Amino acid sequence: MRARSIGLGLVVAAVVAFPLVAGPYPVKLLQEILIWGIFAMSLDLLMGYAGMVSFGHSAFFGIGAYTAALLLSKWPGLLAALGAPALAAAVGALVIGFLSIRVGGVYFIMLTLAFSQMFFALTFQNAFLGAEDGITSVPRPHVFGLRIAALGAFHVYLLAIVGAAALFLHSIVRAPFGHVLRGIHDNEERMQAVGYPVARYKLLAFVIAGTVAGVAGSLYTQFVGSISPDAFLWTTSGEALLMVIIGGTGTLNGAWLGAAAFILLQSLVSSYTERWMLILGLTFVLFVLFAPGGIVGALRGRVGVRS
Amino acid sequence: MLVVSDVFAQALNGLAYGVLLFLLSVGLTLIFGMLDIVNLAHGSYYMLGAYAGVTVLMMTDSFWLALVVAPVAVGLVGAVVERLCLRPLYRRGPLDQVLLTFGLIYLFEDLVKWIWGGRVRSIPAPALLTTSVNVLGATVPSYRVFVIVFGLAVAVALWLLVEKTRLGAVIRAAVFDSEMAAGMGIPIDRVFTGVFAFGAGLAGLSGVIAGPIQSAAPSIGATILIPALIVVVVGGLGSLKGSLVGSLIIGQAETFGKAWLPGASMLMIYAVMALVLTLRPQGLFGRPLK
Amino acid sequence: MTLPLLAPALLTIDGVTRTFGALSALAGVSFALEARERRAVIGPNGAGKTTLFNVITGQLPPSGGRIVFDGRPIAGLPPHTVARRGVSRSFQRTNLFPRLAVLENLRLAAAAGAAGSYNLFGRVERVTTPLARARETAAAVGLAERLDTVAGQLSYGEQRQLEVGVALATRPKLLLLDEPTAGMSPEETQRMTRMLEGLPREVTLLIIEHDMDVVASLADRVTVLHYGEVLTEGTFDEVKRDPRVYEVYLGSE
Repeated sequence: MRARSIGLGLVVAAVVAFPLVAGPYPVKLLQEILIWGIFAMSLDLLMGYAGMVSFGHSAFFGIGAYTAALLLSKWPGLLAALGAPALAAAVGALVIGFLSIRVGGVYFIMLTLAFSQMFFALTFQNAFLGAEDGITSVPRPHVFGLRIAALGAFHVYLLAIVGAAALFLHSIVRAPFGHVLRGIHDNEERMQAVGYPVARYKLLAFVIAGTVAGVAGSLYTQFVGSISPDAFLWTTSGEALLMVIIGGTGTLNGAWLGAAAFILLQSLVSSYTERWMLILGLTFVLFVLFAPGGIVGALRGRVGVRS
Repeated sequence: MLVVSDVFAQALNGLAYGVLLFLLSVGLTLIFGMLDIVNLAHGSYYMLGAYAGVTVLMMTDSFWLALVVAPVAVGLVGAVVERLCLRPLYRRGPLDQVLLTFGLIYLFEDLVKWIWGGRVRSIPAPALLTTSVNVLGATVPSYRVFVIVFGLAVAVALWLLVEKTRLGAVIRAAVFDSEMAAGMGIPIDRVFTGVFAFGAGLAGLSGVIAGPIQSAAPSIGATILIPALIVVVVGGLGSLKGSLVGSLIIGQAETFGKAWLPGASMLMIYAVMALVLTLRPQGLFGRPLK
Repeated sequence: MTLPLLAPALLTIDGVTRTFGALSALAGVSFALEARERRAVIGPNGAGKTTLFNVITGQLPPSGGRIVFDGRPIAGLPPHTVARRGVSRSFQRTNLFPRLAVLENLRLAAAAGAAGSYNLFGRVERVTTPLARARETAAAVGLAERLDTVAGQLSYGEQRQLEVGVALATRPKLLLLDEPTAGMSPEETQRMTRMLEGLPREVTLLIIEHDMDVVASLADRVTVLHYGEVLTEGTFDEVKRDPRVYEVYLGSE
């Protein structure tokens, strides 16, 4: 256990100190990994612990992103950067979750997919939201009076938020609520039969996951400086799913690995060949077929067995 | 000014689009009913059908030949995919299957770009059908009329197959309760592969028929998947009748939306979906949820 | 005015029907179960026994009739509400949490009514009451040595024991057991019977059973179900001697 804590500490220290040793492009890659990582981790809470497969997680990413984009130009403070996007995403998750959870299984997958596409349609054709081009020139916020536009300051800010979100998700999973989710995942019918109102727990999990996704979306807007309707595409949800699978479903920390694998693969492969999508699709298919435990599963010696 | 013939022309367009959606959604709904999986790669079969059409036309200049070859070719691809990729996953549950089909989307789309190039390829209508006809005062391309007639003929043939033949009874049994059907001695594996191939073939047929209307491009698969999914959700997963009714409704909704509410056209089908699902969460003809 | 001579029954089933299309699984079942009673429900396959359980516990709504438990109507309520009222059931086909340990299986059941299950922070180990109850239940069903074993890796007999344990851990007033000894060897069956005999009388039992030895040892009274209706009721000896019961079982045993 000591070894693991020390190892973890080293990794965190390396991540924090990264801008001091690396150039702007690698730092950007790392930051992108962190943002997508927390987005994927929120999806892992849903998928790996509650057993809910949502193909519409991008809806909350997009809601958070657009909320931040709209508000930051006028009020560049923490409320616009985090508070409002989180709240907006939570409300969205409450509504979509309430409508989607009462139908189970495959209907849930399709409904969540349709909802996120609906947001895509909404933003794509809406002039106020920038239509196809989205919203650009989004400034980074002021935190405690300081503008965090500089690379180093933004890095610390990003790490703090992503770290807090990750700690929150880890805490949930170890808490009584997390155990209930696992019970639901393992045997929903029995959980009902012993007296748990399962739908309520699922809804709460959905809202929590959606809120964290909204924060990720908002961070993404601040990171890039703009946002477009593509954030809502169902393929965005699919890519997050891919990250969860590659990293290892139901591990939480696998999300970092999955995001890293995806983003590094994308950036490396696309510089050598145009066939990036082919390789991605093939990787996905092969992982599902032969390594459903993901990278973490493989590291734990469980290739081929679901964790 | 609302002219009846304009309305009628739009309605015919909507009907043609609905027919395309129907051919596409039949496979989706049957596959779901039998295997409890949403085949997200179904749109890819539509796209492959269009490209198969492109190739056949390049080689033989015969649209009618393309109409026959494309579905067969795509059906074969579907059969191979089912045997190689999906069958190992049946034991593992719906999640893995859905995820795998998602990976296939990327695979197919890029494969198509690789083989045929990324730009749009056109599929000209056959010489016979390049004129316009006058239907009840409206001027409509004769090709659209062909699509409607052809599609409805397929619908009737399907209905006959499923309701009136022994094969159809087997398929219905497998769709309704595959465990029970297997227990009754039906070779479930072969039925699965067969229905999968059939559904893929129909999707391919839809793609090649749609060719003269919307051409072939690598993105058409992902684009048409969403309306097809909505059709299936609105009609009821597993119900052929639902597919037909759903696709007619969605076809009209999207066409009229584009014509009269261009600023919100993309939202029309979601509005229809939301309306149906609030009143009947299992879809119009779907099995009642527990 | 009639004086109530007896305390009202714990569970009253009155004219309950359940149809699936043209098929009538329950055709009007009526009986009453007293508190502290141990009742066996027997009947040939297809008589509607499991359907009756499903209707009582809320997995299926009845098509007609009333069900009153502890003075309140429960027909058509969802399963989790019925469970919270004090009705718990075990399943004919083992229905555990296969990837979780025995202790966790029981703890989840024990914690179902407890406050704090929505707690996003804190550790599960610190919520002591459900844990204690889980250990007690494990001891009661003979799994005290297997607490850390993953449920999916237990032997069949142990899984059936855990199956009853999970239902018992919710501290129910009424425990419905659906063929608890199904598929068990004679030794395992004996062990299960002794375990059930040892349960406190505060837990009223309603058991579906095919094994007549178990029924004989355990049941105060027996209800015989046939084609979705109650054929007859009585003590085990009375029912055993009833010629109609013998007829009904001919060809199905």
